Amino acid sequence: MTVPFNWSLALPEIVLSVCGLLILVIGVFQRKNASGLLCTGLAVAAFVATAVLVLGAPSGVGYRGTFVSDDFARFAKLLALTGAALSVILSLDYNGRQKVDRFEFPVLILFSTVGTMLMASSENLMTLYVGLELQSLAIYILCAFARDEVTSSEAGLKYFVLGSLASGLLLYGISLVYGFAGTMEYGGLRAALSDNAPVPAGLVIGIVFVFVGLAFKLSAAPFHMWTPDVYQGAPTSVTAFMAGAPKVAAFALLLRIMAGPFGHLAPQWQMLVELVAICTMILGALAAIPQTNIKRLMAYSSIGHMGYAMIGVAVGTEAGVRGTLVYLATYLFMTVGVFACIMAMRRNGRPLDRISDLSGLSRTHPLLALTMGIFMFSMAGVPPFSGFFGKLMVFAAAVQSGLWTLAVIGVVTSMIGLYYYWRVVKVMYFDAPEPAFDRGARPVGAVAGAMGLVTALFLLVLGPVTGAAQAAAAVLFR
Amino acid sequence: MLSLGLLFGTAVFAPLLGAIIAGLFGRVIGDAASRIVTIALMVLASVCAVAALATGLDSGSQAIAVPVSTWVQAGGFHASWQLRFDTLSASMVTMVTVISTLIHLYSVGYMAHEKTPVSRFFAYLSLFSFAMLMLVSSDNLIQLFFGWEGVGLASYLLIGYWFDRPSANAAAVKAFVVNRVADLFFMVGIALVFLQFGTVAYDNIFALVPAHASSVYHLFGSDLRAYEVIGVLLFIGAAGKSAQLFLHTWLPDAMEGPTPVSALIHAATMVTAGVFLMARMSPLLEYAPVAKDVVLFIGATTCFFAATVGLVQPDIKRTIAYSTCSQLGYMFMAAGCGVYQAAMFHLTTHACFKALLFLSAGSVIHALHGEQDMFRMGGLWRKLPVTYAAVWAGALALGGIPPFAGWWSKDAIIDGAFVAGGLGLYGWVLGVAVAFLTALYSWRMLFLVFHGRPRVPELADHAHESPFVMTLPLVILGIAAVVAGWLLYPYYVGERQAAYWNGAIFNGAENHVLANLDQLPALITLVPTIAAFLGLGAAVVFYVLKPELPGRLAASMRPLYLFLLNKWYFDELYDLIFVRPYRALARVLWHGADEGIVDGSATGLARLTAGGSAQIVRIQTGSIAVYAFTMLIGLLALCSVFLFFG
Repeated sequence: MTVPFNWSLALPEIVLSVCGLLILVIGVFQRKNASGLLCTGLAVAAFVATAVLVLGAPSGVGYRGTFVSDDFARFAKLLALTGAALSVILSLDYNGRQKVDRFEFPVLILFSTVGTMLMASSENLMTLYVGLELQSLAIYILCAFARDEVTSSEAGLKYFVLGSLASGLLLYGISLVYGFAGTMEYGGLRAALSDNAPVPAGLVIGIVFVFVGLAFKLSAAPFHMWTPDVYQGAPTSVTAFMAGAPKVAAFALLLRIMAGPFGHLAPQWQMLVELVAICTMILGALAAIPQTNIKRLMAYSSIGHMGYAMIGVAVGTEAGVRGTLVYLATYLFMTVGVFACIMAMRRNGRPLDRISDLSGLSRTHPLLALTMGIFMFSMAGVPPFSGFFGKLMVFAAAVQSGLWTLAVIGVVTSMIGLYYYWRVVKVMYFDAPEPAFDRGARPVGAVAGAMGLVTALFLLVLGPVTGAAQAAAAVLFR
Repeated sequence: MLSLGLLFGTAVFAPLLGAIIAGLFGRVIGDAASRIVTIALMVLASVCAVAALATGLDSGSQAIAVPVSTWVQAGGFHASWQLRFDTLSASMVTMVTVISTLIHLYSVGYMAHEKTPVSRFFAYLSLFSFAMLMLVSSDNLIQLFFGWEGVGLASYLLIGYWFDRPSANAAAVKAFVVNRVADLFFMVGIALVFLQFGTVAYDNIFALVPAHASSVYHLFGSDLRAYEVIGVLLFIGAAGKSAQLFLHTWLPDAMEGPTPVSALIHAATMVTAGVFLMARMSPLLEYAPVAKDVVLFIGATTCFFAATVGLVQPDIKRTIAYSTCSQLGYMFMAAGCGVYQAAMFHLTTHACFKALLFLSAGSVIHALHGEQDMFRMGGLWRKLPVTYAAVWAGALALGGIPPFAGWWSKDAIIDGAFVAGGLGLYGWVLGVAVAFLTALYSWRMLFLVFHGRPRVPELADHAHESPFVMTLPLVILGIAAVVAGWLLYPYYVGERQAAYWNGAIFNGAENHVLANLDQLPALITLVPTIAAFLGLGAAVVFYVLKPELPGRLAASMRPLYLFLLNKWYFDELYDLIFVRPYRALARVLWHGADEGIVDGSATGLARLTAGGSAQIVRIQTGSIAVYAFTMLIGLLALCSVFLFFG
C-alpha cells in the first residue's frame, strides 16, 4: 500500500494482454486460408516472454490493494504459463487435422491465461471474480470451438450453463461476505475476522458459497458432474488445456483465500474441505472403473487428483500448501503428457478415444506405450515417478496434522486407482495389437516425450520444485 | 601331510564331480558315459580313501584339518569348509566309498532294463555318497549339517526316483518330512552348542567341554543340565536319520526306491549318520549320563521292536529294512553304554552284510521281475546259486553265528551292555532276545526264498542268475561279511583300539566298559551266541521241518500277529495323533481363514468397489438439470454442515 499505483507490478499481465490484442489484429489481416502456425508461434513467444517477466517481477501490493505480486502468485503463474504454452503447441497439429485451426484458438487460450494470472494475483474478491470470469468465458468458447460437431457444442453449452450457475453462487457469496464484513479486500477481511467476536451466520454462508464456486472450477465432488461430459465432448486440444492451467489457478485462489482472509476460521472450514476432499477422492476412484473412453477416464482421474491435492488445503498448514503446490506441478506435467499421447491416437485421419483402441500399443508404437505407461504409473502414485512425490507430501502433511482419516482414505482410493491405471497398461502391453496409428506430428511426440522424461526423472528436480513451493507456501503464512 | 590332505579331499570330492557331470551333462554325454564317469570317480575315491586311511594310521598323528575355503565369517560366528581327518572320519569315508562303489557297479546291471535314461540315477547316487562323505568328514557342526541335509535331499530324490509311482512319491515325502522333524531338534541342538561354547568347530567345542560341565538351563521351573539337553537334542536328530523308535516310520516305506538305493541308505549312507554323530560327539555325550541313558533305552527298545516286526513281514525288502532298524538299535545301545567303538565296529560290519543282503534281495527281485513277496518265492537256490551263497553269508553274519562278521560286533555290544550295568541290563536282556529273533527272521527269509518248493512255479521257472556286474559286488561283499569281523576286531574294539582310534573317540574317566569287556564270565559271553543258534534252530523247525507251524501259530495268537504285522500300529497312531489333526487344522485354515477371511475380504472389497462405481456412474445421466440439482444439494449440505457443526 506504499505506492498506490504501481504499474510495474502487473507488467506480465499487461504485456500478455497486449500481445493477445496484437495477435488478434495480425490474425484478422492474415489470408483466409493461412494455417494457425503464425499466431500459435506468436502466442508461444508471448507466453515465454511473460514467463521471463514473471520471474523478474517485483513483489508488492498495488492498484489500491486489488493486486498482489508475491512468490506464491509467481509459482502459480509459472505453472499456468507452462501449461498454456504446452497446450498451444499441442493444439497446432490436432486443430490442423480436425480442420479447426482458426487463429482465435491461441488468442483465447492467451486471454484465459491472463485471467488465470489475475486470479493468482488477486488481493480483492472483485479481482478474483473478474479473473475467474475472464478465464472461464474464454474456456466456454474453446469448448465449443469445433462448432460443427454436436458433442463440442453440447460440451460448451453444458459448461457455460453450469459455469454460470457457479459464477452466480460465487458472486452471491462475495456479496454476502461484503455485506457482513464491509470490505472485499483480503487484508481488511482478515482483520475483520481476526477479532474474537462471533462470526455472523451470513458471512459463514458467504464463505461456503465462495468455496462452492471455486470447487466447481476444481471439479470437486459433488460439483464435478460437468467434468466427464465436457472433457469428452470438447476437442482434445481444449481438454488438454482445461485439465491443466485453470485447475492450477483455481487451486491457487482457493489456497490464497482460505489461508489468507479466512485463515482465522480455519478450524471451521477445514471440515468442509475435508468432506469435499473425501467425496472427491472416492468418487474419482470409483467412477473411473467402468469407463471405456480414455478422455472420460482422464476426467475422473483428474477429479481424483483434485481430491488428493485438496488434502493439502484441508490440512491448512505450510507443509500442506507446499504439498498441494508440488502435487499440482506434477499433475500439470502428467496431464499435458497424457493428452499429448491421446492426441497421437488417430487412425485413418479420425481421432480415437476408446481405451480398447490402445490394444497392443507396445508392439505397434513401443515408445508411445512406454510414455503412456510412465504417466499411468505416475498417476497411480508408483515411485520413482513424479506422482508418487506429490501424493507422499500431501499424505505426510495430513498425517503430521493428525488428519488420519484423510490419509487413510487417500491411500485406499489410490489403491483403487491402481486398478484403472494399470488396466490401461495391461491393454497396451498384453492385449492383441490393433492396427497401427497414423504417423504422429513432431511437436506432439516431443511434448509427450518431454513430459514423460520430467515425470520419470522428477526425482532430479524434486529439490528445486519443493524449494519453490516452500517459498510460495511461506508467503501465505507470513 | 599335503599328500594326505589331497588324498582325503579327492576321496570326498570325487563323487561330487561325478554327480555334477552325470547330473548336468548326462543327457549330453549319454548313459554309458555317465555310468563310466561316476563309477570311475567312485573307484578313485575308494582308492584315495583307503590310501588316506593307511597313510594316516602309519603317521599315527591325531586329527588333521584339511582347509578347503572359508564359508561364514559373521561377527562371532565362524564356519569354514574344512575337512577333518582322523580315524573316525577316515574309516567312515573308506567304508562309504567302498560300499558305494560296489553299489554303483551293481546298479549298472540292476537298472539295465529301465526305459528312461539312468544318468540321473547315477548322479543321485554319487550326490548321495558325496553328501554322506561331507557329513562324516566335516570339521564343524554346520558343515556336518550341510552334509546332513544333503543326505536328506538325495534320499528324497532317490526314494522318489520312480516318480511316476504315487507310492514312491509318498514315501519320499514321508522320509523327507520325518527327517525334517528330527532336523529341527538337531538344529536347536547345534544352536545351543553355539550358545554354550561360542563356536561350532569340533576342536574348540571338545576343548571347552570340561569347563562348561556344570552349566544349566532354567526351564519351566526346573534346572536342566545344558549337556543333557544338548545331548538329547542331538540324539533326536540322530534318531531321525537313523530311524530309531518314534522316528523310524520312514525307513520301511523308503523301500519304494530301487533296491540299490535301499542298499545305499541302509548300509553306507543315511542311517549310519546318526550313529556316527553319537561317536563324533562322544566327548560331549560322556558328560551327559542322562542323555546316554535315553540313547541306550531308545536304542534297545528299537532293537527289540524292529526285530519283532521283521519277524512277520511278507516282503523281502521290508524284512531286511526292519532288520536294519533293529541293528541300528544295537549301535545306539552301544553308544548309550559308552562303547562308541563297538557301535562303530557294528556299523562297519553291518554295512558289509546289510549291503550284501540288500543287493542279494535285489538280485532275487531282479530275477523274479519285481516280485517282492517271499510267500510267492521258494526253491530258488538252484536257479540263483551265487545269490543263494551270498544270502547264506549275509544271514550267518547278521544272525551272529561265529566266526562271521556280525558275531564279533554284536557280541561286543551285548557284552558292553552287561558290563555297563544299570539300564545296560535292560539292554542286555533285549539284546539277547533280539539275537534269537535276528537269527530266526534271517533264516526265515533264507528258507522262504530259496528252499522248499516254488510256491508260484511260473515265476520260478523264468528266474535266472543275475549278470556279472551284479554278482561281482555280491561276491566281494560276501567275503567281507565272512572275514570283516575277525579282521577288524583288534582295531575297533580289541587290544589295538587305543592306537587305532588315537583319540578320535572319547571315553570318560569313569567309563571302563571297553576295558572290562574281556573280564566277563565266559558263560555270559556265550549267551548271545546260544540265542543265535536257538534262533537258527527255530527257523529250521518252522520253515523247513514243519512249514505249517507258523500259520497255526499266527492263527492261535492272531491279535499279537496282527500287532506285529501292522508294525505296532505306529503309522496308524501317528496318523491319528499328527496327520489327522494337522489336516483338520489345515482344512480350517484353508477354507475358513484363507478362503473365508483373506480371500473373502478381498473379493468382498472388490465387489463393494464395483458396486459403488456402478451406483456412482448411474447418476451421471448427461442432463444439465440433474447436474445443477446435484450442485445445489451439495451446496445445501455444505452450508448445513458448516452452520451446525462448524
